Amino acid sequence: MRVEAKLLLFLGLFFGAMCAVYWTWSLENAGGVMMFAGMLLCFLPGSYYFWWSRRMKTRPEDDPNATTEVGAGVVGSFPGSSIFPFLLGMGSFFVVLALVFGIWLLIPGLALVLWALLGGTSEGRRGGNV
Amino acid sequence: MSHTITAPETSHESHDEHHGPSGLLKWLTTTDHKIIGLSYTITAVVMLVIGGALAELIRAQLVTSNGHLVSFAQYNELFTMHGSIMIYLFAGPFAFGALANIIVPIQIGAPDMAFPRLNALSYWLYLTGSITMLLGFFTAGGAANFGWVGYAPLTSSLNAPGAGADLWIGGLMLTGFSAIFTGVNLVATIFYLRAPGMTMFRMPIFTWNLLVTAILILLAFPVLTAGLIMLYADRHFGTHIFSVAGGGVPVLWQHIFWFWGHPEVYILALPFFGMATEIIAVFSKKPVFGYKGMIFATISIAALSLGVWAHHMFTTGVVLLPFFSIMSLLIAVPTGIKIFNWIGTMWRGEIWFSTAMLMAIGFLITFLIGGLTGIYLASPPLDFFTHDTYFVVAHFHSVVMALVLAGMGGLYYWGPKITGYLLNERIGKAQFWFLFIGTQVFTFPQYILGLQGMPRRMAIYPQHPEWANLNALSSLGALLIGVSTVLFVVNIIVSWKKYPAGDNPWDAQTLEWFTTSPPPHHNFYRLPQIRSERPTWDHNHPEHKAIAHGHHEE
Repeated sequence: MRVEAKLLLFLGLFFGAMCAVYWTWSLENAGGVMMFAGMLLCFLPGSYYFWWSRRMKTRPEDDPNATTEVGAGVVGSFPGSSIFPFLLGMGSFFVVLALVFGIWLLIPGLALVLWALLGGTSEGRRGGNV
Repeated sequence: MSHTITAPETSHESHDEHHGPSGLLKWLTTTDHKIIGLSYTITAVVMLVIGGALAELIRAQLVTSNGHLVSFAQYNELFTMHGSIMIYLFAGPFAFGALANIIVPIQIGAPDMAFPRLNALSYWLYLTGSITMLLGFFTAGGAANFGWVGYAPLTSSLNAPGAGADLWIGGLMLTGFSAIFTGVNLVATIFYLRAPGMTMFRMPIFTWNLLVTAILILLAFPVLTAGLIMLYADRHFGTHIFSVAGGGVPVLWQHIFWFWGHPEVYILALPFFGMATEIIAVFSKKPVFGYKGMIFATISIAALSLGVWAHHMFTTGVVLLPFFSIMSLLIAVPTGIKIFNWIGTMWRGEIWFSTAMLMAIGFLITFLIGGLTGIYLASPPLDFFTHDTYFVVAHFHSVVMALVLAGMGGLYYWGPKITGYLLNERIGKAQFWFLFIGTQVFTFPQYILGLQGMPRRMAIYPQHPEWANLNALSSLGALLIGVSTVLFVVNIIVSWKKYPAGDNPWDAQTLEWFTTSPPPHHNFYRLPQIRSERPTWDHNHPEHKAIAHGHHEE
């Protein structure tokens, strides 16, 4: 996890330095704000990963000498087939079309989104253990 | 119903073929990254064909100086939708939606993407976003007609009143969210689902490039999506963010758009760089030359890419020329390292000129041309001279056609892993020559036309009949590219389930070639010990095991 953290922290530092040079040189706000936000977006997960990497044991994927047996056991819980991503996608489609063709399309759009959110959430709760 | 997945070698039962729905319902409900990736691939190739057909119409219009094939209004729609389809609906989704989806989890030994249902949602948003944008052709006012960059004030409700513009905005919002979700998924998958021993510096270059691409997606796409919401508000809610009339700033759109748009160039390019790297190493029968150098070059390109956006805006007169020029020129350094390493990988290799390898070499040459002309454009005095001319059109078509070559190489290389069958090599090589020669015949006259002053986006040029010959030559190139696409479709039909591939037809090196073709549900029955960035090679060739970096054989 140390490498992942360093990657994000390096990018954050670089964007921060670039932002400082750019903004002091140009005094242009739009680009300065966007680069500053880019720095924050890298620092946020990067600092968390760095903090966490100092407290966790070396994971099998970070250990160059790990054997496949070390990774034995449960990897994770993966969902089977589900109709809800499709319904959420279709709902979003209708919501966007409502912005163009008429507000009435929000009715089927939001209904599909709501159905997908409720269905997907309850499906997730029924899911297997990790 | 979810499945608890155990690591390979401990249980085969959980990896048995998943008995879910079949037929159409299987495609609608799947959360398997391979089927989602295949859906992405099919949709992206359809978009390539549609975008390509629009390009052929544009080139047919320009064969003569006073063409009458389409009206001015239709021409505006054609170049807008050609660019939009190719950039938003083909190149990006093909790279980070199609091949990344299928290959990345298998390359790192993962059973699936980290968030399979989010992955499925990404695809449905991509498909519906594409349909939304294309719906513009069926509206009374026609499709969007303000160029794929959508500059203010051309996009105002006064200048673009039709539904086509709103459908363009809506389609981009949907595909934007799709890309963001894919970015989240790729980062989580690569950070959390690697197999034991698959350290970060043992990941294949393709996966590394997709990780960096995913981070760039997360940095850049939200900016565009926010800009689109502002644009919609300007058009419908009476705000004046981009209009001078109400105190707004039109050039703000350019800042927002290109803050997404230039990283987007690398979001498009880096995955294809990764494809070319894998292909060149495998078909040169060598490890990647300068593996870590390649990774650091990729990270450097990504870091610099966030500070170069306004080189697209040099001629606005309101940007800091030295800063953006220096940053843009700096990108040539890591890109040069990559080209050096690709040549180094081939150097003294046992090169097998398969279709995939030819495509990768074609990519290398074409990208070099596109990259070098990009260095000219990074210099403000040269950019002032060539801005908005065909020189720029030729430059970015050299770049994107290089990516198409690499992408085709990727399909020939990984296609057998995905489908279990090889494509016909003879047709593939014919396709390569049409595509490669067609690309050069298409772009070279445009470079000259640009230097002669021919502006882009003009439907006729009656005052300059002397430009007609070069335009006709460029159109011939476009035709050759069109023939190459037809040959690809013919190849799929001719080769359909004809040439079984086996698990590792290329004697390839990375983990995806260790599993079956196509891989089982959740990808692996067993995993090898991972001790280098070439675990499959190490397993198949114990006599030629990789030596750890920095170590030398006694």
